[in-house]
Parts: sequence; C-alpha cells; structure tokens
Amino acid sequence: MKLDPEARYAKTHEWARKDGDKIVCGISDHAQESLSDIVYVELPEVGDTFERGDTFGVVESVKAASDLYMPMGGEISAVNETLGNSPELVNQDPYGKGWLIRFSPSDPTEFDGLMDGAAYEAFVAEEG
Amino acid sequence: MLAAIGVRSIEELFRDVPAHVRFPTLNLPAALAEMEARWELETLAEANVTTADGPCFLGAGAYRHFVPAVVDAFLRRGEFYTAYTPYQPEINQGTLQAIFEYQTMICALTGMEVSNASHYDGATATAEAVITAINVHRLKRHKVVVSPFVHPEYRAVVRTYTQGMGLAIVGDEDPEAGLPPMNNEQWDNEQLDGETACLVVQTPNFLGQIEDLAGLADAVHARGALLVVVADPIALGLLKPPGAFGADVVVGDGQGLGVGLNFGGPSLGFFATRMEYVRRMAGRLVGQTVDAEGKRGFALTLSTREQHIRREKATSNICTNEGLVALAAAIYMAALGRGGMRQVAELCYHRAHYAQQRIAEISGFSVVGDKPFFKEFAVRCPQPVKEINDYLLEEEGIIGGYDLGRDYPHLKDHMLLCVTEMNPREEIDLLVEALGEM
Repeated sequence: MKLDPEARYAKTHEWARKDGDKIVCGISDHAQESLSDIVYVELPEVGDTFERGDTFGVVESVKAASDLYMPMGGEISAVNETLGNSPELVNQDPYGKGWLIRFSPSDPTEFDGLMDGAAYEAFVAEEG
Repeated sequence: MLAAIGVRSIEELFRDVPAHVRFPTLNLPAALAEMEARWELETLAEANVTTADGPCFLGAGAYRHFVPAVVDAFLRRGEFYTAYTPYQPEINQGTLQAIFEYQTMICALTGMEVSNASHYDGATATAEAVITAINVHRLKRHKVVVSPFVHPEYRAVVRTYTQGMGLAIVGDEDPEAGLPPMNNEQWDNEQLDGETACLVVQTPNFLGQIEDLAGLADAVHARGALLVVVADPIALGLLKPPGAFGADVVVGDGQGLGVGLNFGGPSLGFFATRMEYVRRMAGRLVGQTVDAEGKRGFALTLSTREQHIRREKATSNICTNEGLVALAAAIYMAALGRGGMRQVAELCYHRAHYAQQRIAEISGFSVVGDKPFFKEFAVRCPQPVKEINDYLLEEEGIIGGYDLGRDYPHLKDHMLLCVTEMNPREEIDLLVEALGEM
C-alpha cells in the first residue's frame, strides 16, 4: 500500500495534506484499490461548507458507491474538475492527480487528530 | 440431499411447524375437472363487457390502440418470455440487445439523448423524473411546480413517492386556473423561482389538449430549473418531440405501444433524458460495447442504480424494469416504423376531430376549450356523465368517455372522449346517433 509522506489519514480512508493555508484531500491508495475501477466521482460545489465527518461527495466504482467524508471541517475552495472525464486518475495517482477537493480548514488543529502513515498502515492491517 | 443437511426424512423438515397446522383440513369444495373449471370461469367472464364487445371511447391514460399479431408472436417465445430481468446480464445478450433497441427507439421518439430500460408505468416514471431533478440540484431546491392537467393519478403518485423528502409540490392546487386553456405566460409567475427544481407539464394534457412547449424550456432554464414533459408516445408519431423544445426529462406511459389494456396492467413507463443527467437516473441502462475479440456485444452499463451499487444511497427503490413489456413496445415500434407510427397518429387525430365536430352539432352538447387537441377532447353534457354512460352501455353497448367531474369539480357534467385508430367512422356515427337520441 502506497502512502504519502506529507499526508495524514482518517479512519474512513481519506487523506489530508497541507497546501499553504489550505488542505488538499483525496482517498488513500488502499481505498482506491479496494474500490476497483472508479467510474464516477460526485464532488461538492465551491463554497459548500462542511464539518469534520460530514459527507462531501460520493465515489462510484464498478463494484460499489462509497460516501466521502471530510477529514476536517472547512469551506470548499476548489474541486478536481479533471475527474469528470478521467475518474481513473483516482486509481492511478490517488495522492497526486487524483486529488478530490481543496478547502479552507475551519479548525487547522483537526489535522493533528488524523493518523500518520504508520498508524494508518497499522489501522488497515487490523481492519482486515 | 436430506443426508447432506443431516435430516432423516421429509417429515422431519417440517417438525418446527406445530402439528395441528402441519396438514390441516381445508374447507374447500372438491376439485373440478378442467372442463368444469373452464366453464365456470368463462361464465364469470361473460358477465363483463370488454373493449372487444363494442365501440369504446374511454381513454384518460389507458388507451385502446391496435396490437399487431407480430407482437405476441415474438413475445411468447420462451427465450424472451421467461427471462425478464437478467441478474447475470452479460450472459443474456439477446435480452440486452432487445432492451438496447427499445432504448434507442425511445430516444428517437422523444428527441432525447439517453433512455433507461423502463419503469413500471407513466406515473412512477414521472415520480422518478421529479426525484432526478431534485438530485440534479443536490437536494438544495425543494419546490416542484406541476400543471393541473398532468394526469391526476400521476400527480398523486409523485406525492406518494416523494413524501418525507420535504418537497413543496405546487401549481395544481387550483385546477380552475387553466380554463380557459392556459398560455405559457402563466408559468412566468411567482411559482417558478430559484427554489424550483423542475416544472412538470403533460402534452397532450389530461384534457387531450396539445400544450405549446415553445419558449417554456427557456423560461424554466432561466430560473435554473429542469423541464419535465409527460408525453403520449402515440402522439409523438406526429408531433414535434419534447427534446426538440429543450425538455430535460421526457417520461410517459408506453401502454399504447402494442401493450394492450390487459385490465389495467402491466404497463410500461419510459424515461429519457440528457446525457449530463444520466447518473441521476433511476433504473437500468444497457450499453453497446465490444468483447475481447472485438465483436459487438451488450452490457448493463449502469446497473440498476438501487441494488448492489448505490443501495441506501440510491435515489429510488425501484429495482426493476418492465422487460417483457418494453420488448412488446420495441416490437411494435420496429414493426410500424416511423411511417407506420405517423399513420396511427394521423388516424387518431383525424377521427377525434371528426367526432368532436359531429358531437358539437348535437343540441345540449358543447365543446370545451379552443386549444389544438390530439385524440381526446372534453365536451359539456346536458346530463350527468354517469347517466349518459349507463344509457350508452345498456342501450347501445358503447363504452362512453371519462367523467372529468371526478378529478375537477368545476368540470362536473363534462365527459372526456377518446378516439383512436381503433374507432372506425361507423362507430363514431353510432355514438353521435346515440347521444342525439338521449
């Protein structure tokens, strides 16, 4: 399972990474692999506001449709428009070109409450 | 098999059922021989008058249109008849191809980009269209405007389906707003606004009138809402399709497409929309693709949006399509073709206009509204509709029209008459004569 050294992870398999004063977010490599081929991503609108744990979108694969949960609370400043035509980017490059949203965090300290790479790896192993 | 599950006998399988109810004595009459059973059922059936027994001028959502013999000839083939909803879809290429053809023809008929594999009927398809519009707006808009002349039962089903969703369904509270026939400016009022998810209109409407869709889509889109059009597929053989007017979703009932009346069902709901809304659509979608050897094949491109994929996140709980009935419609449309469907529509149109003209001449009867109409029209009657229909049936064996007073209190004593390609001129003349004699 691939990890991003600068990212921290939620129990619901989203990752968050600092980008200036904003946060970039996507789903982990483990998540994209479990979902198999992703065919569609439903993203929020710029300006939408969510709290940590709220559903901000849905990722749909050939096998399943899964809700996406905010790892931290915030206001959406950008969404990855390229996924409309190329949802497979989430499978191919989940920490890079497959990013989902960028948002302004309402409480930046929530970042520290997320798991680091080692903790996430252990968590996934335990989850079975 | 008993040994495999560790049971000694068949009786042991039922041991959890209390003994006194295991094989109870049932108070049923003795079994009849096949001949006797048949005689008894036929006697019961003969108590009914059916559309095969005499002229029928009843419409209002279920129509007596011609069902060519070719439909049943193919429908009853075992390959089609038994496997209606493929759960291992790609192994069932024949069924998928038939559904693909059906979808393609519905798109051609409605002028839309994509059609699903069907819904139960026009009413539920309309409800699904409303739900699609709500989902396109990501549940942020909660108002739905409906014309009072969308079929009353469709409007009731829309309300049933959407209860609990927090929607305000408006526009049909005052059915008198609209008579005399409404014009499009009517919609440009405070009802259509930034809270509106969609406007639902029907054409031809419940009174048989052809609604003028020109400019309506623009007015609706200007407010960011969707235009849902409920259409009669037989009328589309003649009229410009709603897609050409900018409709966003076109739905309707396909019962007239070679399905027959069947005492009220099964029917067929068609649903067609723009590609951009395809993932908000309920139901199945069959797509064309190529296999590993490059040969053409068919697949369930969008599996039913409710089962195994979206589950509780689905926009609907309808997990099926009307496979066999959609096939009947596909056979009908293919057998008639564009030219044949136009002919059917023209016959309906001309015969209905002939009937209206002749009835207008009968003293006591008057025509309602001056909008163009297709195969149905309303007339004001000198007596209650029920009395007229009882007379027509008992004295002449004619099935009369629909009592509009049932749904529109101010249209008491108004009858909705329907004339199709199945009513030859002689039948219309019979009706006119009978009405004149009352």
